[in-house]
Amino acid sequence: MRTPPGVAASRFAQVLTQWRSIVGADWVFTSESDLDTYRDSYSPMYGEPSERIASAVVAPDSAEQVCEVMKIAYAAGVPMYPISTGKNLTYGGSAPAYSGSVILDLKRMNRILEVSERNAFALVEPGVSYFDLYRYIRERGLKLWIDCPDPGWGSLVGNSLDHGAGYTNAPYRDHFEAHCGMEVVLADGELVRTGMGAMPNSKTWQQFRYGMGPMVDGIFSQSNFGVVTKMGFWLMPEPECAMYLQAEAFHYEDGVAFIDTLAGLLYKDLIGSQTHVESAIMGYPVAPDLAKLRADPGEGRAAALNAYARSKNLPFWAAPFSLYGPEDVVRAKLGHVREAFERMGATVREIAFLKFPITDDQVNQAPDKPRFGIPNLAYFTSRFAPGAPLFEGHIDFSPVVPLDGQTVREAQDIFDKVCRDHQIYPLGGRMLVYHLRAATLIYAIPVGRDAAANQRARDGFSKLMEVAAEHGWGEYRIHPAFMDKGMSLYSYNNGALHRFHERLKDAVDPRGILSAGRYGIWPKHLRSST
Amino acid sequence: MKYRALLLALGFAALPVAADSPTVSWTWSAVPDSAVPGKAEFERSCSICHGAGPDRPGTNSLQIKYDGKVSALLEERTDLTADQVRYYVRNGFAMMPRFRKTELTDAQVDAIARYLTRPR
Repeated sequence: MRTPPGVAASRFAQVLTQWRSIVGADWVFTSESDLDTYRDSYSPMYGEPSERIASAVVAPDSAEQVCEVMKIAYAAGVPMYPISTGKNLTYGGSAPAYSGSVILDLKRMNRILEVSERNAFALVEPGVSYFDLYRYIRERGLKLWIDCPDPGWGSLVGNSLDHGAGYTNAPYRDHFEAHCGMEVVLADGELVRTGMGAMPNSKTWQQFRYGMGPMVDGIFSQSNFGVVTKMGFWLMPEPECAMYLQAEAFHYEDGVAFIDTLAGLLYKDLIGSQTHVESAIMGYPVAPDLAKLRADPGEGRAAALNAYARSKNLPFWAAPFSLYGPEDVVRAKLGHVREAFERMGATVREIAFLKFPITDDQVNQAPDKPRFGIPNLAYFTSRFAPGAPLFEGHIDFSPVVPLDGQTVREAQDIFDKVCRDHQIYPLGGRMLVYHLRAATLIYAIPVGRDAAANQRARDGFSKLMEVAAEHGWGEYRIHPAFMDKGMSLYSYNNGALHRFHERLKDAVDPRGILSAGRYGIWPKHLRSST
Repeated sequence: MKYRALLLALGFAALPVAADSPTVSWTWSAVPDSAVPGKAEFERSCSICHGAGPDRPGTNSLQIKYDGKVSALLEERTDLTADQVRYYVRNGFAMMPRFRKTELTDAQVDAIARYLTRPR
């Protein structure tokens, strides 16, 4: 049996017995084989001594059980690490940030407690996946959409708390922005409801976020101040139709104007959906002949790249986006969007058009499903082409940069060079607009079972973070292996924000048992060693 | 479960999804139980990646791996063993992560293994 750090084996045995009496013996796991299922399948330290692993697992079925489990953990000083569905792959999965913590697995708490069609919201537990809520809505024929990230098996609660995002209109696609009301169990087992939920018998918990007094919801995201056991989300009413489109520009030199045009349309809300700018020429993966052209600093580079795009019959830049609403409104918006792109020499083409509701067959056949509010797992492909290296996992470098063409292109060139210098070969490299008013560049850096390649990925990742920070660009979300470094780069006024986080930690969780190390926030007794 | 009782009393559409066993279902509509043991469990938990149809990453990966020499659809395979199925569910492979008992109980994994190794 493994024992968490700082807890005597005999005391831990007592704790396990107490937990079994609360959640049932079947839902406390201590065997090596069971604990192995909690390893981070995409760990950049996989199989190395520094890989973060769990010492045990307890899986309660209700908020009441979470309170009881936490009271016992608090009394014994057991380090705990809550997960919701455990599918935060790329950003840590189901493994703890502090090795040896006990995983508090909330997957069994998978109740959809309320869905209001009239007021367009849902109240769910952390184990509810995007698939679960989609199915619930579809089975009942409710005129509501979910907004989901690429992998639909994740948790609405977990994704929102880690600032995840999806594809439909703002504010729904920014999942923390779309939340309304939380229930939280504090480290000592006390149950708190935020916003209007603090009023007994409240009628507007999912309709008015602020309640009275300081709005504390934010401190429970990307942190370790509480265990969120319920969370409300605003849902988008089902639109009459959805049009999936792609703007395309054809020359290297169009890049800056293309991004600026897109940004202007986003700010005016003529495009409300997620969008991104991708390039088969400037993105990843890079074919060997193209890599040579890209690395060439000579004057003929742009012309050579343009010729390459023409020879492959590819647009140089492409920006997929969607328009939602009544068909006449969608077509009117499309007119303005098209005019803006044509003014700079780009075009807009329609990829798909669906009127809602749709049939099961249309659900199955819909391209890029999250754009139609349909969860899926299409991104989990391990092989991209015959003979290509096996894709075993990735950690994502995801800096936030200003939404202007010049800066985005500058940042892409800078990061491209770092990747080349460090011999890391990411996928993606796109500029995405997930969250409101900022661009996020996402570089999926492959990791796997080869320790030397993982070391190279870690070194390259660290360098990318440093270079980004030198330019004033910071990550929006990060794997636990880089949380300390990531937070250390938010260092204004001698790290005043980080020190404030630590002061909160000491006040809210004085024994320091909850998610030690998450986003660089360590309890007092572990700070000197980190 | 005072809160749920309150919601039900107030007429809200509360859904008691699960009590004691995992019910992961990565599907767009409810999958009814089947007379063929393990078929429903496979459809609920595996077919979103390993089924037929567009955007199924497990099927796509196996198509590239085997290039048609072996079926890319696990349900069509006749060479799988129950131990292999159990191993891959609990250990994952490449982009496929490990699946925990809070997602699939041993009984559910056994049912999937029986289905994929059923006599045909």
